[in-house]
Amino acid sequence: MSWFGSSATETGITHRDRLWLYLLSGLLLAFLVLPTLLVIPMSFSASRFLEFPPQHISLHWYEHYLGSITWQQATETSLEVSVLTSLVATTVGTAAAYGLSASRMRLAQLAGVILLLPIIVPVILTAIGIFYIFVKIKLLDSIGGLVLADSTLAVPIVFMVITAALRGHDPRQEMAARNLGATRFGAFIRVTLPQIRFAVVTAAVLSFLTAFDEVVIALFISGGDHPTLTRIMFNALRNQIDPTIAAVSTLMMFVSTVLMACAFIGGRERK
Amino acid sequence: MKALAAEGPNATELGRDARSERWMLFGLSLPALLLVGLVVVLPIAWLFLLSFQTEGGAFTLANYQRLIDQPSYRRILAMTFEISLTVTAMCIVLGYALAYLLAQLPRRVAGVLMLGVLMPFWTSILVRTYAWLVLLQRDGLINVIGEHLGFWQKPLALVYNMEGTVVGLVHIMLPFMVLPLYNSMRAIDRDYVRGAANLGAGPIQVFWHVYLPLSRPGLFAGGTITFILCLGSYVTPAVLGGGKIVMAANGIAGDVELYFSWGPASAFGVVLLVITLTILFTASRFARLDRIFGGGA
Repeated sequence: MSWFGSSATETGITHRDRLWLYLLSGLLLAFLVLPTLLVIPMSFSASRFLEFPPQHISLHWYEHYLGSITWQQATETSLEVSVLTSLVATTVGTAAAYGLSASRMRLAQLAGVILLLPIIVPVILTAIGIFYIFVKIKLLDSIGGLVLADSTLAVPIVFMVITAALRGHDPRQEMAARNLGATRFGAFIRVTLPQIRFAVVTAAVLSFLTAFDEVVIALFISGGDHPTLTRIMFNALRNQIDPTIAAVSTLMMFVSTVLMACAFIGGRERK
Repeated sequence: MKALAAEGPNATELGRDARSERWMLFGLSLPALLLVGLVVVLPIAWLFLLSFQTEGGAFTLANYQRLIDQPSYRRILAMTFEISLTVTAMCIVLGYALAYLLAQLPRRVAGVLMLGVLMPFWTSILVRTYAWLVLLQRDGLINVIGEHLGFWQKPLALVYNMEGTVVGLVHIMLPFMVLPLYNSMRAIDRDYVRGAANLGAGPIQVFWHVYLPLSRPGLFAGGTITFILCLGSYVTPAVLGGGKIVMAANGIAGDVELYFSWGPASAFGVVLLVITLTILFTASRFARLDRIFGGGA
């Protein structure tokens, strides 16, 4: 009982006094984590209905997913769009973060605020706005249109991650490299980039996930031959809920967790 | 660069070089600015114009007049605010408690538990909404456990209503609250707390007069981002609200999808945007914008 009676804070509150805080925090962590994990056992259920815990284990819903052309095509579309978005957003966002950090103009601050707009403006407005514009320029239901929209949503995230990484970076290192004969671009690639590579990988993963998980814009501008996985899932959630969604959810969680773990391990290795 | 350009015989030339270099560097942000311009600024500008036009293209305020006259729009706006305020208040109370404890744990332990807080960040919002649908439905896990333990006799209606929507939103918003709070609590110098206690302040006084004010930046950033994200939420009310809960974004989408009435939809959109920007602008006078959004990055 000695630990319970010992003081937990500088103000003499004992651990026993704030047992409620430990309990509440434990419950909150469970609240944050458990519901999502629940999807995994559900996906192995043999039943047509949503039941937990599942009575019989089966891979039925995975088979259903793999056998469905709709789900397969949507997965392909989502993966393709996410990879392309990651490439575009990371390149464009890193260039912007680097340029604006180094240029030290007042205009750069304004540009920085403009680059945050995609996450400030409620997504529904962007969605209906580009829906109208994409109809006019014939980008509706196309991979290109999705990449364009998702890249824009990811730009603020890349920009913030890279800007934060560059804050701890000494620009004089690049000047030294250039004095020794490197071009500006060469100096960036060989001196600065290796030092911020963890941030670049994180930005690439986050922008991939931004596109992979995007729902609202996809509802408006994806369809026809190229609906995204999220669009199919959203409609399934609203109409007939069958455990195929649990199987798809489990696979989606697997993809994101592996990617985040890669970024995390990459960051560890750097130290 | 500035120091080099300021003196010496080539001052003008060096100054010109430095200026052109600054512009060149600024130019690196043009592709990103172009994307934002094309995908966000241009569509919003167009929505703005549309909200002041009749179907024939003449200037009108009728779309805004309709927002005031039709009770359905007022109901949607009221519901949006009610839900957003409820969710933000719950996130503040719950998030503060969790962040408070996490900030006092050893960094290693806190780091592991933080993964739990961050996990929702990398799981799709659809996956999480689906999970809640399963948990909260009539014969879902919560109802089964509740009836089994005798808390209630008949299945409770936990989803396809306001309660389900609020639970789903709190689940999504809580990490946005905890993260900035945790960061700002970690930065608090425990010596202040110790000093106040040594000078005779009781636990409540220390918390109220010392700890709470020092954690205010995080509270402020978390509260702002949570509220703004709630105002614009679409997926959670659409799925967990089961058609009964219509928040602003659902109302706007419905106008466009079901009725093709772009005029009222765009006017409502402009109102939503103005509310969001006003809150952000007010908040940015107390905290920096990148701090408000940087919590999650």
